[in-house]
Amino acid sequence: MSRFSLGKYLLPTYTVLAFVFLMIPIAYTFVFSFNDPFKNTTGWQGFTFDNWTGVCNNIDVCLAFGNSVLIATTATTVSTILGTMLAIAVTRYEFKFRSSTNLLLFLPLATPEVVMGAGLAAQFLNAGIPKGIGTVIVAHILFTLSFVVVTVKARIATLDPKLEEAGRDLYAPPIRVFTKITLPLLLPGIMAASLLAFALSFDDYIITAFNSGTEVTFPKYVFAAAVRGIPPEANVIGSAVFFFAIALVLVFQIGGAMRAKSLAKKN
Amino acid sequence: MATLALKPQKLATAQPKKSRIVLLLLLPGLIYLGLFFITPFAALITTSLQQPVLGGGIGQYQPGLEFGNYAFVVGEYLEQIIRSFIYATVATLLALAFSYPIAYFIGVKARNYPILQGLMLTLVIAPFFISFLLRTFAWKEIFGQDSWVSNLLRDTGLMADNEFLLGTPLVVIFGLTYNFIPFMTLPLYTNLERLDTALLEAGSDLYAKPASTFWKVTFPLSIPGITSGTLLTFIPIAGDYVTASRSFLGSPNTAMLGNVIESNFLRIQDYPSAAALSVMLMAAIVVLVSIYIRRTGTEDLL
Repeated sequence: MSRFSLGKYLLPTYTVLAFVFLMIPIAYTFVFSFNDPFKNTTGWQGFTFDNWTGVCNNIDVCLAFGNSVLIATTATTVSTILGTMLAIAVTRYEFKFRSSTNLLLFLPLATPEVVMGAGLAAQFLNAGIPKGIGTVIVAHILFTLSFVVVTVKARIATLDPKLEEAGRDLYAPPIRVFTKITLPLLLPGIMAASLLAFALSFDDYIITAFNSGTEVTFPKYVFAAAVRGIPPEANVIGSAVFFFAIALVLVFQIGGAMRAKSLAKKN
Repeated sequence: MATLALKPQKLATAQPKKSRIVLLLLLPGLIYLGLFFITPFAALITTSLQQPVLGGGIGQYQPGLEFGNYAFVVGEYLEQIIRSFIYATVATLLALAFSYPIAYFIGVKARNYPILQGLMLTLVIAPFFISFLLRTFAWKEIFGQDSWVSNLLRDTGLMADNEFLLGTPLVVIFGLTYNFIPFMTLPLYTNLERLDTALLEAGSDLYAKPASTFWKVTFPLSIPGITSGTLLTFIPIAGDYVTASRSFLGSPNTAMLGNVIESNFLRIQDYPSAAALSVMLMAAIVVLVSIYIRRTGTEDLL
């Protein structure tokens, strides 16, 4: 029985240690958001709440954060709409170039960011389009689009087509079937996709660096600051975004678990 | 996240319909991809063949067919090209070794505890929620010259006083591995979650040792997960330039392909060289991916 007890404790222990390891940089960022910045740039200087209460005393970091939110919101809205439409088209309809469309939708996922960033930048350069917030948004819609498609596709794959059939059998017009049955059922997938798109856009540095010109986003601000040391206000924003995202994910998960439970009861 | 979506579709297309509506659904997205994904590739290829304007300033090029640009960048940056592929391979394998036990634990052992499963998955993707740059910077500080890690290594004699951790291949590969672990763990998890445990019981019923059950049953069945995990990890690592940059964990001695593309494009404005390197990286990845998918037989990745 010895090998069983080994397996019994070894794997959970390893998993716990692995999670601790994964959390190290997160803990570091959170702890250093309380670092007192007035004495020196790096290392622990003392505990303070000032960075949290006065994030925008560092106006640059706040402006960069604002830009990132604006870009991520716009890009997410467009790519969620376009991506959902594409996902429905390739899973629910038969058409001539379906497999090549699927390949085209997969390719951006297999393209390294640096290639996508350089390609767009080369195109903007050739076309004489000046770089700015607009070009960043165009780039972010592009690289989040395929992520939206795969996420929504996965949700469609789990839907029971009989529900839509039932709607049609009861003489509901296609639009009504879509708004009353398909869309509500797809909503969790669409929400997950837009969250993912937002997170990817908000955190992107590489594609942004190639297409933003002099505009500063939050990741661009951090990259430039990293040479000397990150100001604690950036750690405050990073930590706040982290806790917000984790809270959102947990709400989703608990909501999903409760829905599953109530469904199980009804049956 | 996205990687979760790569699981093969169960019901998929119930009964695909033919309808005009499909055009309305497809066109906006396809036009977008045409304008901002396909034509940029064309732009990259034409840019990679441009030649300098005679007597022109920095960053001035004209259309041309200068295939010599490719020979030039290969000669000039062979070291960084080879390094990128070595670093990406090593980091991908490390991420696989690190992730497999976690994915197995969450997907197989914790299968009867959905809430625990959900919490552990949240922990796996938690690093995604802190900025990529902030978490890489955290490692920079942790491995810094006066950090306790460096001091410990010096005190124990594992590192000389004049040696640094930052800027070494070891730390860069470490950073690359850490940054892309969730890309590996999630597809492995989605695969192992569907592993039929009756097969494992059958193995032990037939007196197979746990190790041989693993290598003969679990591992072969998990190959689709390993394929998507390694691809999703390898590709972004091969093009990453944040981790290996001098502002973060790297030094000029650890520069990767991404760093060279970035400095050629954004700093010295040698657009043709940057474009030629990008085209080569993309071509290499397309070739690698198609061979790899054919070999492991997981076409349903698409």
